[in-house]
Amino acid sequence: MSLDAAAPGLSLTLNGQAVSLPVSPGRRLSDALRATGTLGVKSGCDAGDCGACTVLLDGAPVCACLTTAAQAEGREVRTVEGLGGPDVDALQRSFLRHGAAQCGICTPGMLMTATALLAETPRPTRAEAEAALGGVLCRCTGYAKIIDAVCEAWRETPGAAPAPAPAGAPVGARIERLDGAPKVTGEERFGADAAPEGALLVRVIRSPHHHAGFAFGDLAAWAEAQGVAAVLTAADVKGSNRFGVIPPFADQPALAPSPARFRGEAVALVVGEAEALAALDLSTFPVTWTERPHALDPETAKTAAPLHPDRPGNLMTAGFVAQGDAAAGLAAAAVTATATIETAHVEHAYIEPEAGCAWLDGETLVIQACTQAPVMDQEDTAQTLGLDPAKVRIIPTAAGGGFGSKLDLSVQPLLGLAVLATGRPCRLEFTRRESLASTTKRHPARMTATLGADAEGRICGMHFDADFNTGAYASWGPTVANRVPVHASGPYRTPNYRAEARAIHTHVTPSGAFRGFGVPQAALVQERLYDDLAEQLGLDRLEFRILNALRDDEPTVCGQRLKGVGIGPCLEALREDWAEAKTRAVEWTLAHPERPRGVGVAGCWYGCGNTSLPNPSTMRVGVTPDGRLRLHQGATDIGQGSNTVIPQICAQALGVAPETFELVGPDTALTPDCGKTSASRQTFVSGNAARLAGEALRGAILRLANMGDAAAIRLGAGEIVVEEAGQTHRSDLSRLPVDAHGYALSAEETYDPPTLPLDANGQGAPYAVYGWGAQMAEVEVDLALGTVKVIAMTAAHDLGRVINPMLAEGQIEGGIAQGLGMALMEEFIPGRTENLHDYLIPTTSDMPSIRTILLEVPDPEGPYGAKGLGEHALIPTAPAILNAVRHACGAEIDRLPALPHRVKAAIDAAKGARR
Amino acid sequence: MSYERPVDLARALALRAEGGRTVLAGGTDLLAATEARELRGPVLDVTAVAEMQGVTLSDAGLRLGGAASWTAVAKAPLPAACAGLQAAARVVGSAQIQNRGTVAGNLCNASPAADSVPPLLTLDAEVELASLRGSRRLPLSAFLKGPRRTALAADELLVAVHVPAAALAGQGAFEKLGARAHLVISIGMAAARVVVAQGRVVSVALAVGSCSPVAVRLGAAEAALVDLAPEALPAALEAELVAAALAPIDDVRADAGYRRAAAPELARRALAAACRPLMETAA
Repeated sequence: MSLDAAAPGLSLTLNGQAVSLPVSPGRRLSDALRATGTLGVKSGCDAGDCGACTVLLDGAPVCACLTTAAQAEGREVRTVEGLGGPDVDALQRSFLRHGAAQCGICTPGMLMTATALLAETPRPTRAEAEAALGGVLCRCTGYAKIIDAVCEAWRETPGAAPAPAPAGAPVGARIERLDGAPKVTGEERFGADAAPEGALLVRVIRSPHHHAGFAFGDLAAWAEAQGVAAVLTAADVKGSNRFGVIPPFADQPALAPSPARFRGEAVALVVGEAEALAALDLSTFPVTWTERPHALDPETAKTAAPLHPDRPGNLMTAGFVAQGDAAAGLAAAAVTATATIETAHVEHAYIEPEAGCAWLDGETLVIQACTQAPVMDQEDTAQTLGLDPAKVRIIPTAAGGGFGSKLDLSVQPLLGLAVLATGRPCRLEFTRRESLASTTKRHPARMTATLGADAEGRICGMHFDADFNTGAYASWGPTVANRVPVHASGPYRTPNYRAEARAIHTHVTPSGAFRGFGVPQAALVQERLYDDLAEQLGLDRLEFRILNALRDDEPTVCGQRLKGVGIGPCLEALREDWAEAKTRAVEWTLAHPERPRGVGVAGCWYGCGNTSLPNPSTMRVGVTPDGRLRLHQGATDIGQGSNTVIPQICAQALGVAPETFELVGPDTALTPDCGKTSASRQTFVSGNAARLAGEALRGAILRLANMGDAAAIRLGAGEIVVEEAGQTHRSDLSRLPVDAHGYALSAEETYDPPTLPLDANGQGAPYAVYGWGAQMAEVEVDLALGTVKVIAMTAAHDLGRVINPMLAEGQIEGGIAQGLGMALMEEFIPGRTENLHDYLIPTTSDMPSIRTILLEVPDPEGPYGAKGLGEHALIPTAPAILNAVRHACGAEIDRLPALPHRVKAAIDAAKGARR
Repeated sequence: MSYERPVDLARALALRAEGGRTVLAGGTDLLAATEARELRGPVLDVTAVAEMQGVTLSDAGLRLGGAASWTAVAKAPLPAACAGLQAAARVVGSAQIQNRGTVAGNLCNASPAADSVPPLLTLDAEVELASLRGSRRLPLSAFLKGPRRTALAADELLVAVHVPAAALAGQGAFEKLGARAHLVISIGMAAARVVVAQGRVVSVALAVGSCSPVAVRLGAAEAALVDLAPEALPAALEAELVAAALAPIDDVRADAGYRRAAAPELARRALAAACRPLMETAA
């Protein structure tokens, strides 16, 4: 039959209701369902690579993006909206209880896939669950808690009520995410979900070349002929058209004037009515390209013409730290080792491509998009477009993962430009290819280091030198160049140290922030050398690290003397497992010589917050006249959990339960600036602001009641009840004057970590708080094929004070997944791996079993002793895995990722060396 | 622009004969290849064609309907010779892909990395091609002509795949090598089918994929294995005979030299996996 005759709609059953989809039969089912408002169906790749759009078609999981609407006609389609509804079902409840949803973007796809599994197998094994969920990617969780939730779902009773919070203090409690429910019901609104009715669509014209001059044809005529509302180019940008997260280095145009400096760079926008524009073939867009010579790696770029005239040799900046005399220290060493390691471009691969919408509210440009840094977006979008920052409002949507890349502007200035030009609300969603091609990456590094130790095994000198491929524009390259020399010693006492890291421009997508700012790369070479020296000295590799672990009051390579140094306890916490794992590996290898197992270890340290720069956070907490408690929580939650952790801290300070708070924001019009969600700073910096605000409000309430510090505070309807030693005081809130923010009582406090600038030799106090960790990897190597299977990871992390153990475990499991991907499979190649089937990230069964050991060595500066964790979790993973590979088979991996062909070559080289 | 979803083959072939239509089956390749939100141009959707459904066994052999999904292939009760095919069906993309992706779609897409092809080659599979002009059968090896190239004529549809009864003897196996556990394009894969009688190997079928423009049967290597004891097969496989039949390339997943070395190992493992149940039965 011809389905065109069936227009206007295709009939099917959607979540039990007969519906008619008013779309053409060839439309992707995902798009057709989203058009009806079924926004729990997520679009992550439109290629079947991520599984986020999974729906059940007659009970079977399918990618709605690969199914045409016609193929669903007459059939039963079930989406996340059709699960438990507001009263979540047992599986959804299990997801909440186990903390299986972090950012939440993959959650609907996971839930639907698992629903199909549980219908056939109500109590699956972990292997069955992993196999069933193998087609849904998650970038946050490392899958461990998702598999837990699926396997344990049979124990749950449906219902939205969270498990009762454990008795005791809010800080340290394993409570469910306070913002979890919408993530499992499909109600969460991400960047692509927020567009106002009738918004125009924005599409982007991008450079198909690494480096090319270009000229436009008759744009007005083309726009007229195609019936689009506007075509916009650099000539239409009224502001600086130069953005950048670090203002002195700001160099990236929202729309490039000629030439384009990387493949995927935006050069023009086409704005039009959504239906027509979505169907428009942009290959007729009038632009002529003239390719120019390009340099894709630092070695080539150093002698090529500069991308930016004021940066000769394409050197953007260099970071340098020196202490003592590295050359003399190494000359005096009993043993030394040198290694060179190269890493790849690594993509953040969040499952949500950048998306958002914007409109004019009076004279204010409102941008609602996924982001990690609302206030930076506001300021940078304003100056790029030539607006008063007060006339730009940023309302972050939920972010479907960020990991550093959503710190930079992406859709924001483009949306702003389109709205200013048309006066209409506009929306923009990057395709997966656009997201991969145009947004920042982890810097590829080429690093050479030499490490020396004395005969007793104490480190006596280190030299580190590295080039980082920073791509076409600055982004966070300066931060990487500065952070790497500060951290390249690892968490070990290293007298006589010299480290330099250079950020070199190339004609590649800008490298920027990615969980760890270059430190995960540096740890690869440093931890390799620790194994080399231990071997030369005949020392146990773990004990060698413990011997050199930095201790309280010993100087760091920056000359900073710290309290609460946790690396020793982290390494020591691995001792027992280490000994057992080594025995296990030896026994296994004896029995299976063709598949040897090995054990590796690596440590990490990481400074929380900006390097020697102010980075304050401000928290406001208030009580409304009718007795509601509101927390203006501006620390953007990109899945890491600040919507839960920050209230826990504030609740502890105020003396209430965390769920008492109504959360406001983040929204630049409603929440004070809590800075960016990066540098593992939110729990520490915003957490301290929340603690101070909570304490201040508590003080005000106690003063009002004239009660002492031991009093208990309770909120009632229109009143605050304070009780102490059998006495009760009731404050009638309606009798208090209301402040400018509408509160009867409120407090607003700011915290800025105390740091000192670094001098010319990098000496100073770059961070107020550091976090510490050590991980042990157990791997199996298939000698014939060069494949590596990570069997187990044991992760000991010092958090100072654990605010929420469940969320902390989730950060560690997710960090390990990203570290494993970086070690074994992830490599972005411009123009070649711009999708999620050529760019690989770990799937369920790639993950090892993970045992987490949380330690608490209190930090004097952190809130209740707490330290940051977000980035620390992945720093030791890749070096521990590669050290384990070498332990298993001798293979030295000098170029990441350790794909099977590279591992096989390294195995063969090691065999040759032994002969 | 029209979208046709005929329910019988006659109508489908008539539409196909008109020309100009994109043939759509499960959509897992076609929709993945476009960034547009819909399939553009006139579409001939064959997923409802009655004659293209089902996985059926008969005295003549096995018939896989062109529109049968990989899940249907994986779940059908089939003889042990098809174990490799069924193992391959379970690693074609993800469960989501297997629920939509079809036999005909996978073959007509003609990817050098199509997981189904090596096991089908070991089963001496033939494709049934139909048009208004009539119907013809071609060996799968003749149908696949190169990357993204097949012998399908512009007016033809791949209606079914047939495995002759004679090829349903013995035990099949499949080995896949990728850079991650699930949902991964193969670096290489191998399929084997081994027939044993009275403790000796009567025949061996061996095929390797992702290591040449189209997956290939390893005739020379197969011939050298006949008459051996099954337990001797893996060690007896000569790597040079495997490598000589291949023409691997460098790509983002692996280099050619690695593929040349990995393919014999995969073939060995496929042989071992095929022989394991045979030896158990014998014991």
